[in-house]
Amino acid sequence: MAARGEAGDRGPKVRSDCWIAVEILDEGGLEIALTSKVAGLYGDSIRELLTDGCAELGIEHARIEVEDQGALPFVLAARLETAVKRALPDCSEEFLLPVSDKCTYGTDRERLRRSRLYLPGTQPKLFVNAGLHQPDGVILDLEDAVAPSEKDAACVMVRNALRAVDFCGAERMVRINQGDMGLGDLAWIAAHNVHVVLIPKVENPDQVLDVAETLAELSGGREILLMPIIESALGAWKAYEIAASHPSVVALAIGLEDYTADIGTQRTLEGTESFWARSQVLNGARAAGVQPIDTVFSDVTDMDGLRDSVIEAKGMGYVGKGCIHPRQIPVVHEAMAPTDAEIDRAKKIVVAFDEAQAKGLGVVSLGSKMIDAPVVKRALTTVDTAVLVGKLAGNWRDEEVSG
Amino acid sequence: MSNLIKNAVGRLVPTEINGEKAIPFQGVGKYRPEGRKAAPPIRTSADYPADGDKIVADMKTALKNAGLRDGMTISTHHHLRNGDQVANAVFAAAAELGVKDLRWFPSASFPVHEPQIELLESGVIHHIEGSMNGPLGNYCSTGKMRGMAVLRSHGGRYQAVQDGEVHIDIAVIAAPTADPFGNATGDRGPTACGLLGFALADSEYADHVIAVTDNLVPFPCIPWQIQGNNVDQVVVMDSIGDASKIVSGTTQITKSPDRLLIAELTARFCDEAGIVRDGFSFQAGAGGTALSFAIFLRDMMRERNIKARFVRGGSNQYLVDMLEEGLTDYILDGQTFDLEGVRSMRENPGHQNTSPFTSYNWHGKGNFASMLDVVVLGATEVDVNFNANVVTHSDGRLLHGIGGWMNCLASKCTILPIPAFRDRIPVLVDEVTTLCGPGELIDVIVTERGITINPLRQDLLAKVQGSSLPIVDIHDLKAEIEGICGGAPAKPDLGEKVVAAIKWVDGTVIDCVREVKV
Repeated sequence: MAARGEAGDRGPKVRSDCWIAVEILDEGGLEIALTSKVAGLYGDSIRELLTDGCAELGIEHARIEVEDQGALPFVLAARLETAVKRALPDCSEEFLLPVSDKCTYGTDRERLRRSRLYLPGTQPKLFVNAGLHQPDGVILDLEDAVAPSEKDAACVMVRNALRAVDFCGAERMVRINQGDMGLGDLAWIAAHNVHVVLIPKVENPDQVLDVAETLAELSGGREILLMPIIESALGAWKAYEIAASHPSVVALAIGLEDYTADIGTQRTLEGTESFWARSQVLNGARAAGVQPIDTVFSDVTDMDGLRDSVIEAKGMGYVGKGCIHPRQIPVVHEAMAPTDAEIDRAKKIVVAFDEAQAKGLGVVSLGSKMIDAPVVKRALTTVDTAVLVGKLAGNWRDEEVSG
Repeated sequence: MSNLIKNAVGRLVPTEINGEKAIPFQGVGKYRPEGRKAAPPIRTSADYPADGDKIVADMKTALKNAGLRDGMTISTHHHLRNGDQVANAVFAAAAELGVKDLRWFPSASFPVHEPQIELLESGVIHHIEGSMNGPLGNYCSTGKMRGMAVLRSHGGRYQAVQDGEVHIDIAVIAAPTADPFGNATGDRGPTACGLLGFALADSEYADHVIAVTDNLVPFPCIPWQIQGNNVDQVVVMDSIGDASKIVSGTTQITKSPDRLLIAELTARFCDEAGIVRDGFSFQAGAGGTALSFAIFLRDMMRERNIKARFVRGGSNQYLVDMLEEGLTDYILDGQTFDLEGVRSMRENPGHQNTSPFTSYNWHGKGNFASMLDVVVLGATEVDVNFNANVVTHSDGRLLHGIGGWMNCLASKCTILPIPAFRDRIPVLVDEVTTLCGPGELIDVIVTERGITINPLRQDLLAKVQGSSLPIVDIHDLKAEIEGICGGAPAKPDLGEKVVAAIKWVDGTVIDCVREVKV
């Protein structure tokens, strides 16, 4: 029987995606049967892409059947490659379209990570506009959002997305799978300007070190940042060790769905059951000098609940929240931002600090109160953040003086 | 096939449509007709029952009494939308009477009218003049209809009837409630749909008017949106429509984050441009994005205690909420999109029913559309000169009606909030497939990838300069879209045959639609 593989989705409900079946033949060249909702607009372009792809993947003779519902080129290419590799599991060639110049920007260890938007790795239609909603980070997810049978397809799709999709300045993150499968995932993404690798269900610093070592081999010396996720009782217990395990770790996140299951209870809105773990992860992260990042808020319709949850997390000391819907992003940013009262107070402290410095005084005082150094440090962070999120002008000091 | 001539927007259009002379588009506001309005024949009460009872046995009898014969024009209306059962019943009765070559002149057709295809095939109907979507649009697009379709806006339809450009022999008006004299209303009854404004011209100008109802009330039917004095006969049917399908399918707020982003940007634009202020007016069409825009606007108005003088509908529950909350003094309603709209129109004196005559008629002494501060509309395509298409898809197929779209372009600020591309279909193109709206009337295009402002509107550009809105150049936006979609799309491969003419609000021909090759 001829080798055959198929990939993608078909049917009337599919949008911006396609289904491709490849049957490897012994002779006769390429035979392409294409039905596409954009046949009139891009039919020739699709045929050309399929022909180029087969050449890249070393396929000379094949029957290729395509049902296209308006898939973008990077999606078509991914589906073709997956179908070919399902037909020929030993095929090690890749079909890489040119890298977009919108995919080459870098990141910064200390950048804001208030919101991170999860994108299931096999749902390319959600990728294209994700950056327009201005999350601090996008997570192309290879783990829980991908069915076991689609793990291979997700790796190809996520690699292609990293090369093609403009995430508009958002930090480019990928959540890999657990264990060896996760280490295998790295080969698909390390060379394609991934900024942060999220490591799920970490319970042990060695898991982080394994990922860091594998990345070092694959990335050609470019540092890829790490964000371990704590999702179990044991992980929470070892939060500090995990956060401090490797210099590339920039943040420590907590995932509460799995954690609450692990401790034998259910997640509640109040979160009493996870209070210890969240405190522990927060302290572990801060002790190791990395950012503490809170879990996702999973009710996409409850914006008030989300706002309360972010305010609570911010109150605990967390600096980021996971999002599963783009509309959650502005709510998170707004709630994470320093309040007007916080900014006013911080400005006064910073001004007092500046004056003390100018006068060469060792002690900062505001009115009759002496201000401790940590309070000054926090005030500086608050005004810096306020400037960063646009709630305070960069030159506020000048306005302060002239005002 | 008649000769084609290049019109003022550079489109080749026919100079003759179904044997009658057609005037090519001459530019916005350029064409000025002369002469007098059309008029129906004079009748005398001597020929109508003194007791006011104009009820006849059935549709067939009514058509026979009306003198139906080959080649006549029969009009129907779309206020029952996809639930309408009247238009099909009229033509089924006409078929039974053995007439041929009728012109069907609906205010719009819907997928429910698919059975008309059989009558087009059998020769009962010669051709359709009215917006077509779904199966009829497809039938026409593939060149199967004998005559040329003529598509008009709601205002253009009123204008064509008033000017005598379209002579209606028999108008059949579906009436959710009527009395035996022919007084009729749409705001009550089991198939209540709100208002009957689309049938107004027909009731005034047709030679013969038949009201069809499934809710007969004793004289007088109050209110009377259609006056019985214009009605010749009344037919009672078991049901004039499926009430569950009268509500428009496009009255749900969008859940798509991208569409919500577009709606939010649109509202923010209106704010930054100084449009949202006490006493302003707006119109937002049906469709998820336009509805969401209205919600963002509402929240903004609430927050700042701003009140509109009037809102033009397409009314729906959201506009009704605004009226009841006091965020607007009036809803001037052209068609009701949901049952809340129907209820409000029935109960609230601030919810006024209007018609294409008051709102849209270009050959009148002004119209409401041009008084609106801002109108928000959809489009299937827009080109780099801000010309827009609303009737065909990028493959050239007729898929949407014009509705009041063309008429609304007269507003002080016309905004098209549209996605930059749908799947892999760019919405912003070099040249629209069918030109329905001249770019000079389209002021702003809002996409998820930025807002682009017509260079003719330097005033708007100046107002939003320095704001945090993502203002982009239309050519840059197009380049970005093509970068994502994999280059510029190929042009659709269309045949020579002209299957439909698109008439501008003044009755001139702005573009035509070519046959789609199958």
